Amino acid sequence: MQPLTHRGRLFACQSIRDVGDKMVLSLASAPAFIVERDETRCIACQVCVRQCANDVHYYDEVDGSVRSHDAQCVGCHRCVTLCPTHALTVRTNPLEFRPHANWTGEALRNIYKQAETGGMLLTGMGCDQPFRIYWDHMVLNASQVTNPSIDPMREPMELVTYLGAKPERLEFRPEMVSAGEDGERPSGSCMALTTEASPQLELQVPIMFSAMSYGSISLNAVLSLARAAEAAGTYYNTGEGGLHQALYPYGAHTIAQVASGRFGVHPQYLDTAAALEIKIGQGAKPGIGGHLPGEKVDLDVSRTRMIPAGSDALSPAPHHDIYSIEDLRQLIYALKEATGYRKPVSVKVAAVHNIAPIASGIVRAGADIVAIDGLRGGTGAAPTMIRNNVGIPIELALAAVDQRLREEGIRHRASLVVGGSVRNSADIVKAIALGADAVYIATSALVAMGCHLCQRCYTGKCNWGIATQDPYLTKRLNPDMGARRLTNLLRAWSLEIKEMMGGMGINSVESLRGNRDHLRGVGLNQVELDALGIKSAGF
Amino acid sequence: MKRIVIHEEHCIGCRLCEVHCLVQHSRSRDIIKAFRTERDTVLPRVHVEESGPISFALQCRQCVEPVCIEACISGAMHRDEITGAVVCDEAKCVGCWMCIMVCPAGSIQQNMTGGGASGRHIASKCDLCYGAEVPACVANCPNEALTYEEVPEAAPQE
Amino acid sequence: MENTRSVQTPALDQTPRIVIVGNSATAVGAVEALRKVDQSAEVTVISAEPHMIYSRPMLSHYLAGEIERPRLAYRGADFYARHNVRPVLDDAVVRIDPQAHSVTTASGQTFGWDKLLIATGGSPIIPPLPGLDVEGVYAFTRLDDALAILEYARKREARHAVVIGGGMIGIKATDALLKRGLRISMVELAPAILARSLDEVASRMMSNLLVDAGVEVLLENTVTEVRSSEGRLTGVVLRDGRQIACDLLVFGIGVRPNAGLAREAGLKVNQGIVVDHAMRTSHEGIYAAGDVAEAYDLVVDMNRIVAIWPNAYRQGATAGAHMVGVERVDPGGVAMNTVEVCGVPAISVGNGNAPEEGHQVLAECDERAHRYKRMVLRDGRLVGVILVGDINRAGVYTGLIRNRIDVSGCEDALLNERISLLSLPDQYRKHVVTGAGIEV
Ligand SMILES: Cc1cc2nc3c(=O)[nH]c(=O)nc-3n(C[C@H](O)[C@H](O)[C@H](O)COP(=O)(O)OP(=O)(O)OC[C@H]3O[C@@H](n4cnc5c(N)ncnc54)[C@H](O)[C@@H]3O)c2cc1C
Ligand code: SF4
Ligand code: SF4
Repeated sequence: MQPLTHRGRLFACQSIRDVGDKMVLSLASAPAFIVERDETRCIACQVCVRQCANDVHYYDEVDGSVRSHDAQCVGCHRCVTLCPTHALTVRTNPLEFRPHANWTGEALRNIYKQAETGGMLLTGMGCDQPFRIYWDHMVLNASQVTNPSIDPMREPMELVTYLGAKPERLEFRPEMVSAGEDGERPSGSCMALTTEASPQLELQVPIMFSAMSYGSISLNAVLSLARAAEAAGTYYNTGEGGLHQALYPYGAHTIAQVASGRFGVHPQYLDTAAALEIKIGQGAKPGIGGHLPGEKVDLDVSRTRMIPAGSDALSPAPHHDIYSIEDLRQLIYALKEATGYRKPVSVKVAAVHNIAPIASGIVRAGADIVAIDGLRGGTGAAPTMIRNNVGIPIELALAAVDQRLREEGIRHRASLVVGGSVRNSADIVKAIALGADAVYIATSALVAMGCHLCQRCYTGKCNWGIATQDPYLTKRLNPDMGARRLTNLLRAWSLEIKEMMGGMGINSVESLRGNRDHLRGVGLNQVELDALGIKSAGF
Repeated sequence: MKRIVIHEEHCIGCRLCEVHCLVQHSRSRDIIKAFRTERDTVLPRVHVEESGPISFALQCRQCVEPVCIEACISGAMHRDEITGAVVCDEAKCVGCWMCIMVCPAGSIQQNMTGGGASGRHIASKCDLCYGAEVPACVANCPNEALTYEEVPEAAPQE
Repeated sequence: MENTRSVQTPALDQTPRIVIVGNSATAVGAVEALRKVDQSAEVTVISAEPHMIYSRPMLSHYLAGEIERPRLAYRGADFYARHNVRPVLDDAVVRIDPQAHSVTTASGQTFGWDKLLIATGGSPIIPPLPGLDVEGVYAFTRLDDALAILEYARKREARHAVVIGGGMIGIKATDALLKRGLRISMVELAPAILARSLDEVASRMMSNLLVDAGVEVLLENTVTEVRSSEGRLTGVVLRDGRQIACDLLVFGIGVRPNAGLAREAGLKVNQGIVVDHAMRTSHEGIYAAGDVAEAYDLVVDMNRIVAIWPNAYRQGATAGAHMVGVERVDPGGVAMNTVEVCGVPAISVGNGNAPEEGHQVLAECDERAHRYKRMVLRDGRLVGVILVGDINRAGVYTGLIRNRIDVSGCEDALLNERISLLSLPDQYRKHVVTGAGIEV
């Protein structure tokens, strides 16, 4: 008898795959995970059966017990989390190929898969390769004896951050006072500021939610981000998904992206947002455009993106109107013009080899914010090879860019926002000390909403209701809860940032920015230390 | 009086509410025992209705003018004086199913398992987890699809 | 008339006097509703029966030996005291004087009222048969009947009972006596049992259950003569000439409304006392409710007697509230009932047994599993349902009938094993789930 799953699909033997009209034996069929069910605890309530979008669990009516098809398990832990008796454990399959330092299991499995399908390997989330994480090789300073630390519980601690171009200089004129019949005369004692600041974004915390499009993630996920941004006094970013009707009320906390596909870009979209962002590249897949498979383009997504329902949303790799810094400048100013110079314009690029001169060009092109996304930046879908092999770590890119802009004397002309695997408040403090104005978080935000990093975003079957448009799954994220969790995260991180700043004797995030003297490298070689512009610990 | 408010848009159909309702009304109040040794004698009093992706957990709506109380011939169905909840006094119930016949929400069920106080057939319905600060279904809903709120005066069910 | 009324109407500072004749579901409904809003009225409940409020429908459970006598109590012994009601028990009202605003009882007491509720219910119908006045012949509607039957059956070790009537009361008596171990012959004039509420199929299923349990079901037949010896019942003679030896005869034919007092008082009486949506009779200040009242039935869309407990309670509550000035309108009743034969329950609501012509009928039957469903629709609305066996979702159908919900398009769902609110119109689902109103 074929077990029937809750969605009514039938399963064939798991090592047989349906490829076109042929059934073939799959060489990549060994389960990646083993689902262990403690039979003494399982009460056959079938919560796991109902919750697994990969149809791993099934109920066997004949003997009234719950079983699993381990091969379909992606290790998302939805069932483990919801099982009311904690009867479930999911382990990585201990099955190993004969050890080979070069031909690892992953290398072999990838080849089997591609030999079977003839397709690109796809994946989701950020690079999972063991590249060096520089955050973990930098340590922070603290005051001892010679300078006092500050107790953030007792003394004010400023995290407010303004993003946008800062003026070259401040100009004043004498304040005029009324001089009766003769009109006005200079007061003599007071001066008035005449410099007009360009538009700024005010952040209560130096953390923003980075671009994740509606389409790649569910509306409930975007709503969670938007509400949390509003509650915490910061911003979320539409990505290239346009702005769903339900998101308009959060316009004052929205950064609206303009990407190469120009999906969902129209005057109201630009008007509603607080800032605009031209997306050139993304850390997870530098050099290639976004790809939203047609299956995820339901009616709502199609309406928001202004594309036919069911059609693939393919963003071109480059903007077809940008082939130079001059072209970029045109688009920046087109957007500024369109919004009456009232909104800062950001340009987002992936961290790649020549990031410093690129960033310099972007600043000179008139961007108010430069956003840089590092090698480990997340994604909803990317070719595995690109995600794992293209781009550079954000720490190095940030150090290089900040350094370069300072050297050129244009650091004040744009704010620097970095993203690509900011995992905790210490990463943020280090990023700011390295020169960032603020950070973008995406993966951390998704994790706060429940993501377990199973990396199957591209399948559209996110069991946590995040990276999916399947109405069965999107409900799983209650936006009220999502927003609450995100707000909590930002609150917790702010508390920690304040503690760390206080420890260093710093009471304003302004004073931390670019203050690399508060960083030391541990376990880094001289080249790396130089690239980061920091001293080794001990010096 | 506090009522259970249903948020259909957040129900994920996991049925954990049913699981925990059953445990709450079991003798042992131990999830594993409740399912393994008492399964035949306890019923959940909340039920998940499902149709495609839409689902919601439904239990007694605590009507302002409960038709079940009107219909009950034994006086078993009554409004508890302390909690204000519509509850069935299992010792009085004779299992005539008049309440089942009239409840528009279909929230009352036959308990034929002999699990009632006296081992007879009785009507089984939500009692808001008698005396509990938060009913088990609400407390265990992973997605806050059920909330327990002061609802001023819901319109009568008729 | 104008004159007398002004004399009888109490001065505003006087506490209003409310008299309720009857001491059953209707009276309880009235007392509970009026005391919810009014603590001052002087309330008197007068009953011909000597007992505390008991549940008439529970009598069959008592007769069957399923419950002890204390459980017949429908409300606690402190009911009158808690609701500040003066009970006058074991004293029938013999006259209502609408002009003098008073009632007089058999014992000669007179009670003045400003508002009167007639809740006298019904009396068993006993056909005028020769030889009835013997030991062993009983009606089955009052506690005294049940007590007498039990007493007699115990004393005389009754073995074989003849039950006259295959309606709700007859079936309940039969099922109860079966549980007491008696052999039973049930005589029904109609060609089917429970014909007023069930259709042919359901009726046959219930009948078969009785037969399987050893009951002799005699249809299209009736008792024409009662045989006795030494003042004690020995048997009956049927219309077809058959003779049945028996030692117990129970009338379960039905009840006739106790509307005589009202008729004599000049109130408008049809089958029962005619009342409006607030249970007001034709006479100002006089209300009637329960089995004695002919009130609005929303399925048949006219006034008629719907002699069931829930109706009695609700109508009583409507009258009670109205008597103390609450503008409450009764939405109308729906005929419905539950019976159980040998453990198989059957429920009928509204016009469940309406004929196929002029209606849309959906049915599903599994006779062997004792399961049956019959839905009757008219103009896209459910007007009746019969359920046998699986009755757990009955109320959902009742809700649809009561609220007159247009279910066209949802017909398939109606026959579902477990009808889901999700298969019904969205608006109605929201109404049930949240209590929000329904737009019509
Ligand atoms: C055996 C049996 C089983 C039943 N089973 C069910 C069932 O399962 N479900 C259901 O819904 N319904 C059932 N019914 C019907 C239900 O009992 C009645 O609908 C209900 O009792 C009506 O209540 P009532 O208050 O209108 O009148 P009743 O219950 O008939 O009460 C009338 C009251 O008025 C008093 N009275 C009458 N005349 C006078 C007078 N002149 N002076 C003073 N007092 C007077 C009587 O003493 C009594 O207290 C059953 C009835 C019987 C007899
Ligand atoms: S959720 Fe847990 S207890 Fe329930 S069926 Fe699955 S493994 Fe068993
Ligand atoms: S009729 Fe149903 S919904 Fe209303 S109070 Fe009774 S059990 Fe609850």
